[in-house]
Formats: sequence, C-alpha cells, structure tokens
Amino acid sequence: MIEVKNLVKKYGDKVAVNNVSFTVNEGEILGFLGPNGAGKSTTMNIITGYLSSTSGTVTIDGCEILDDPKGAKSKIGYLPEIPPLYQDMTVKRYLEFVYDLKRVTLPRKEHLAEVCKVTKITDVYGRVIKNLSKGYRQRVGFAQALIGNPPVIILDEPTVGLDPKQIIEMRNLIRGLGKKHTVILSSHVLSEIQAVCDRIVVINNGQLVADESTEEITTNFTGMKRIQLHIDGNDNTVLMTLRDVDGVTRVRKVMRTIDGFTEYIVESKAENDVRKAIFRAMAKVDCPIVMMRNAEVSLEDAFLRITAGETQVNRKGGR
Amino acid sequence: MSAIYKRELNAYFTSPIAYVVYAVASFFAGLLFVATVLEGDTSDMTYLFRNMTTIIIMMIPILTMKLFSEEKNKKTEQGLLTAPVNLLQIVMGKISAAVTVYALLMVLFIIYALIISFFVTPSWVLIGSNILGLLLFGTTLIAIDTFISSLTESQVIAAILSIGAGLLLTSISMFKNMVDIDFVNDIIDSIEMMGRYENFTLGMVKFSDVIFFLSISVLFIFFTIKVLERRRWN
Ligand SMILES: Nc1ncnc2c1ncn2[C@@H]1O[C@H](COP(=O)(O)OP(=O)(O)O)[C@@H](O)[C@H]1O
Ligand SMILES: [Mg+2]
Repeated sequence: MIEVKNLVKKYGDKVAVNNVSFTVNEGEILGFLGPNGAGKSTTMNIITGYLSSTSGTVTIDGCEILDDPKGAKSKIGYLPEIPPLYQDMTVKRYLEFVYDLKRVTLPRKEHLAEVCKVTKITDVYGRVIKNLSKGYRQRVGFAQALIGNPPVIILDEPTVGLDPKQIIEMRNLIRGLGKKHTVILSSHVLSEIQAVCDRIVVINNGQLVADESTEEITTNFTGMKRIQLHIDGNDNTVLMTLRDVDGVTRVRKVMRTIDGFTEYIVESKAENDVRKAIFRAMAKVDCPIVMMRNAEVSLEDAFLRITAGETQVNRKGGR
Repeated sequence: MSAIYKRELNAYFTSPIAYVVYAVASFFAGLLFVATVLEGDTSDMTYLFRNMTTIIIMMIPILTMKLFSEEKNKKTEQGLLTAPVNLLQIVMGKISAAVTVYALLMVLFIIYALIISFFVTPSWVLIGSNILGLLLFGTTLIAIDTFISSLTESQVIAAILSIGAGLLLTSISMFKNMVDIDFVNDIIDSIEMMGRYENFTLGMVKFSDVIFFLSISVLFIFFTIKVLERRRWN
C-alpha cells in the first residue's frame, strides 16, 4: 500500500533521513519509532508530499508522490505533529473547509457527523478551536485526517501532550482504524507503539535500524535476561572471563561501587541460566562475587539499545 | 467556489480585518470627497481617485499580510500543501479572496457618484474607467503583496515590506533621470504604475495599460507559486 524506497533528505549539509526504505501492507498499522530528531516527521512529511525528498521515492497505492501528487495525496489523511488547525474557526466550519478542500464526494452532513462521532468531538462541534483543550484539538486534528475516508492514515506523534486517559482513548481510536485503513503512527515511546501496532520500524539519526513485527521485537527483548554483579578483581580479567562464560551474550562494566568493587551487567538468552557458570568462572580466576541479582529488562531499555545501535536486530530494511 | 477562497473570505469578515480596512479607507476617501468634490463644488472626482492610491497602498497590506505568513507561522500550511490541490489553486484562492474584499470597497465610489447625481449628471464613463483603474491597480498590489507574504513568517514584516514596495512602485518615476543611464531609466519606465493608472483617471482605458496590470499580477502569482515550491526543497 505504501512503499518508501531509499529515501534521503538533506537540510543543507545535514542529513535528516538517510536511505530509509520500508513498505506498509494494506490494513497494517505500522509503528514508526525513534528518539526526538531521528527524522520521523521529516519522513512523514515526505510521504505526504509536504516536503520533497533529496532522493528516493514514495508510492501510495500505485501513485508516485512526485509524478501524481494529486492522486497520492487524495489517498492520504495526515495529522502532522502540530495539527493544522485554524484557531479562529469553529470545529464545524473547519471540518467543512477540509471536506471542501479534499473535494470529498460522500454525503457531507452524514460523513462529517460520522467522523465527529468516531473522534468524539460532537459535543464541541460549534465551538471555536482556540478555546478547546489540547485533547480536543488533537482529536479535531485527527478528525481532519479522517475526512474523505482515505485508505491511508498518517499520524505524527498523535499522543504527545495528552493526559493518560486521553492517550488511552487515542490508542483505541487508532486501533479501530486498523481494520479499514493502512496506518503509520510515529512516536518516541515504544510502549505507545507496541500497544497498537502490528509492525515496528525503528529509525535513529535518519537511519533505519530495525524493521520487525511487534511480536518479534517484544520477544527479542523480553526474551533476554540481565544479571547485575558486583565483583572484586582486576577489570580486564573480570571482563574477559565473563565474556568467555558459555551463554553470555554481552558484558558491560557499569561503575565502581561505594564499597570499592566494580559493577557489571551481564546479558544472556532467557532460556540460559548462566549464574552458576559465572560463579565457577570467577572462582577459578579468584575474583570473588560479592553481589549477584537479576536485573529487569524493560521495553524502554530495549528501545534505547536498538537506537544506540548496540544490538543485532533482524534488519529487513530495503524490502 | 474553491474551499480556500471561501475560507479566506470568511476569515476576513469574521475577524475585524475587512471592517477596519473599509472604515479607514472610507474615512479618508470621505474626507477627500468632501474637501475636493463637495467643497470644491464640482462633479470631478479625478483628484479623489488619484489620491486613493496612497490610501490603498496602506490598506492592501492589511489584507494580504497574513495570507501566507500566518499559514507558515501556525503550521496550517501543512494541511493545504498535503491536500489534493495544486499550488496555483491555493494561491488563486487566497488572492481572489483579497481581491473580492478589495472590490467591495468600490461600492464607496458608486455611492459618491450617486450623491453627485443629485446635483448634476455625473460622467458614468469616467467613473467606470476610474473604478476599473483602481481595481486593476489594487489587484496588482494584492498580487505583489501576497508574494511578499509568502516570503516571511511574520505578518508585521510582510505588511511593512508591502507598504514599502507599494510606495516605491508608485514613486519610482521620481527617480527617473536621476542617473544618466538609459538602461536604468528604461526599466523605471517599464515598471512605472502611476502614469498608467492616471490614464484611467482621465477616462482613457488603454488596452496596453490593462495588459500591463494583469501581466504584473500574473507574474507575481507565478513568483508566489515558485516560493512555495522552493520551500519544499529547502
Ligand atoms: N527545516 C529544517 N531545517 C533544518 N534541519 C531540520 C529541519 N527540520 C528538521 N531538521 C532536523 O532534521 C532532523 C530530523 O528532524 P525530525 O524529522 O523533525 O525528527 P523527529 O520528528 O524524529 O523528531 C533533526 O535533527 C532536525 O533538527
Ligand atoms: Mg517529529
């Protein structure tokens, strides 16, 4: 449905998006994840035809955004990071304007009523936009994207600045879209995306660093165990020995502890228990373990590690 | 009727902008009308029409300043530029809304003409050519000032630059022959607006003058489109 190929965007000398490729299948909800400044908005602005790419192509349902901008744009509903709301208009006037602007042919009154019902803004229909709360404004922005029932919906950080209750509502709304629409949803919060998306594309510093199903990402990282150790001994010896232990995938020295030992984090696959092996190995090199405990692995940790480029993840980019 | 045209027109009349422009313009036009026509005991509105240009140079920037600068500043342009419409439609929608608000101001001169008609039959042809001239003059300024609005995010800067551009264009003939370079003087001659406008105030509707104003308008519509296009590639 959406095909992004070798997308590059430079702002002057700065490369904001660097050779990003991915596809989104019909009916799929794709999460577009990355820290602030990763290039998410830039990519979405190119997909929707607001910006032009330096090189690379974007195809929406067979329409190339540069060759057939009208065709491509008419298939997309876009909620930018800052919703394009005219502050002085009432919700009604604004949505009617968007309806006219997009040259929608569905019956106007019924369609607008439907969109308002879905986004739960019916009760503010007659209000002036600048007097609405942030949550309502975001939903009016959402409604605007839904007008005309476009097959593709693109949402740039739709939950930023909302309170937890509003976030849950927004999430349910997006989930509801997945049945009839193809959706791209960006966020810098993994849990947010994990809650609604079928697949996650991770971008960092303009580069695609992961493209996996949400399930894969979750099992990859919850399928990992972490052990926190305090050890007395020479740093190099300890590090080398730990790395040689069977089943250990990664070892990191963290810091000196207050009582004069050194803290390490050791990672292993979930199915391997490496604690006994570590004990024996340390005993052999005479570096006593003074503390050992299991450490939590959170999804946010996983995300930070992917974006720091530390982990080997399945790269399916360029598909 | 395009969605953008409708929205802009609505915005003019739901905000004070159109009314402020009408109020100020009619106030000064009224002063001129009383001072030159009624006090002067004449049916000749030439003086009034000639001096209208200064007022219009001040008022049109109020109509055009926000057309593109505010869209950029408030990020609403993202909605327009990702909708299935092309840049020409966007620019034309906005310019035609400003021209509509401006054209309604012409009612004022029809009222003045009606007042005169109580005393003496006015020269309707002359008034018609004056109004046509003022319309063309204003439309051209709207196109130029809309272009200026597309260059900046600040309405204030757009307004100031627009007033400056209007003053420069109408007074440029003063600079003619200041330097003894034919080339420069030729350029001044070719972009000089006042002489052409004055033809209309004298009742001379020349095809070449009409074409002049229209082509400058088209040129600046084209420039505005180019600015918007360029911005996507920045
Ligand atoms: N108009 C611009 N001019 C120059 N640099 C920009 C511009 N817009 C964004 N950038 C830079 O490009 C990078 C990506 O920005 P953006 O796409 O907004 O990231 P994200 O949406 O993931 O936070 C950032 O480093 C940002 O500073
Ligand atoms: Mg962003």
